[in-house]
Amino acid sequence: MGKTLFDKVWDTHVVHRIEGGPDVLFIDRHLIHEVTSPVAFRGLKSRGARVLYPERTFATADHNTPTINQDKPVADPLSANQLRALEENTAEYGIRHWGLGHHRNGIVHVIGPENGITQPGATIVCGDSHTSTHGAFGAIAFGIGTSEVEMVLSTQCILQPKPKKMRITVNGTLSPGVLPKDVALYIISQLTTSGATGYFVEYAGSVFEQMSMEGRMTVCNMSIEMGARGGMVAPDQTTFDYIKGREFSPKGEDWDKAMVYWETLKSDDDAQFDKELTFDGSKIEPMITYGTNPGMGIGITSDIPDAEHVEEAKATFDKSLGYMGFNEGETMVGKKIDYVFVGSCTNGRIEDFRAFASLVKGKQKADDVTVWLVPGSHVVERQIREEGILDILTEAGFTLRQPGCSACLAMNDDKIPAGKYAVSTSNRNFEGRQGPGARTLLASPLVAAAAAVTGKVTDPRTLTQQ
Amino acid sequence: MAYDSFNILTSTAVPLPIENVDTDQIIPARFLKATERKGFGDNLFRDWRYNPDNTPKADFVLNDPTYTGKILVGGKNFGSGSSREHAAWAIYDYGFRCVISSFFADIFRNNCLNIGVLPVQVSAAFLEKIFDAVYADPTTELEVNLPEQTVTILSTGEKESFNITSYKKSNMMNGFDDIDYLLNIKSDIQEFAKTLPL
Ligand code: SF4
Repeated sequence: MGKTLFDKVWDTHVVHRIEGGPDVLFIDRHLIHEVTSPVAFRGLKSRGARVLYPERTFATADHNTPTINQDKPVADPLSANQLRALEENTAEYGIRHWGLGHHRNGIVHVIGPENGITQPGATIVCGDSHTSTHGAFGAIAFGIGTSEVEMVLSTQCILQPKPKKMRITVNGTLSPGVLPKDVALYIISQLTTSGATGYFVEYAGSVFEQMSMEGRMTVCNMSIEMGARGGMVAPDQTTFDYIKGREFSPKGEDWDKAMVYWETLKSDDDAQFDKELTFDGSKIEPMITYGTNPGMGIGITSDIPDAEHVEEAKATFDKSLGYMGFNEGETMVGKKIDYVFVGSCTNGRIEDFRAFASLVKGKQKADDVTVWLVPGSHVVERQIREEGILDILTEAGFTLRQPGCSACLAMNDDKIPAGKYAVSTSNRNFEGRQGPGARTLLASPLVAAAAAVTGKVTDPRTLTQQ
Repeated sequence: MAYDSFNILTSTAVPLPIENVDTDQIIPARFLKATERKGFGDNLFRDWRYNPDNTPKADFVLNDPTYTGKILVGGKNFGSGSSREHAAWAIYDYGFRCVISSFFADIFRNNCLNIGVLPVQVSAAFLEKIFDAVYADPTTELEVNLPEQTVTILSTGEKESFNITSYKKSNMMNGFDDIDYLLNIKSDIQEFAKTLPL
């Protein structure tokens, strides 16, 4: 029987199968950041262990960093302490560290791909659930806990039961104004937040074949929001073109050798999946969420459903709508918005800022909206300037902040105030995710742009793009 | 030994019949700034448990003295969202040793097993029975028997078995963690690394 893409990469990395237990999986690349690594380093120290392959781990500061005045000392003493711990730990163990202000610094899942660290057929882990982003390259990439960070530091392996396999095929062509984020929110709305728990997903079909690497990253990023360990897309010419020439990409003979492996990375025709789902891409609308988990999304012109028509139990559903201040049957379009956040490892890449700029060009920021535009990395920030996007943004009344996770998890000062509504291009609308009491509506950069210029939930297709 | 070993736990339970309890609720991001594993229990369910002025919310179950114990019983899809192990630490640190639900998110389940909190997945019907029994009488004890892989509502004698891999079961029963295991096979790992395509 044929193998799936997932099987091929997984099986290549199994050091050992434990009888009645998980597989010992070798990890090619390990990404760490300041929040989930300090306790792992402490564990390492107390065991007297060393870092087995320091060159396979890459560190960045992103979760807990300010997005203004990055050249000044970090004001919050606890945050500063975490940043210092990362700096000291990486120095002690010889790990590459792109700290605050470094020209390659940025969100961990943005800098991996843009520096060629992320490669097809690799196993990649990080103490952050959106590690699934890297699956866009045909890698097996998933989030881990701090105990596992310690395992990878000390042994370059973790113990994992092999997940089941699901293939999600989206055929057809996306309509104008529909972005990869909408595809992700649509799929999650169909599967619910737990619909893919226990599975690793492969995305296939013409919609993904035509999608850019940035778009594939957005969709793979959100895989975790339906419970999946990760998502992946088979590498193709789009993938190879993206990787070529980046800092850590293979060069010369190594490239040719890598290509031989990479070309094998696709599911065989007779490969079996434990579950297969197919959707029609042409049916997808710009999406928006109305509730407190990413599965609570609808087409922007649809009404909020009634309790009978959702998967949640009534009490859970009511609690969610109560938190959001919404009612069953209401229309999303026209709802007043206080904040707009464009950024995160979901939609903080250059393509997202291009999309945002394409809509706001020649328009003006709405007066009563606060807009935070946060590039995913310094590389993205530079691209925004170089492509003239910053000029468009400035003319429309927007400013750009400095790279970091920012309001995606609101660990720094970028918190949406209690009770306020934010259209966010990030990945989670959980209660309090963007600040205690904050109310988050997840959407694409285009829907965010439409909200930024109108101050309301607005279907971007009703605004002419310049 | 990384944590206390787990064999048979007999305890009253704290009911939290909400679905999709995500790890941002279990421990909000702003409490993740520590560099040591200390004090996370104080902020377990912080925003459900306390008002913005830090006064306790009377209607939240952890603030209700009626319900106590080492077992937390949650609704379906418990622990979704962020991979933060801090969520499992907060649960352990608060004093829970076991979480029962009809469905767990993957990373959370792994994190729990790695730090000595036993995630016990039961059927939706049995979960209802537990909630009913605990609400009918908050002194109802549950017996979580890891060697037998069963959970029993002691007041009614109703019992259900649960799954756990034999590897994780023996780790939990002995208080061993995966790192001990992996460090023991380090030379195999180094040999293996030489054979990789990348
Ligand atoms: S942007 Fe958000 S999801 Fe992405 S790495 Fe940062 S905190 Fe995690």
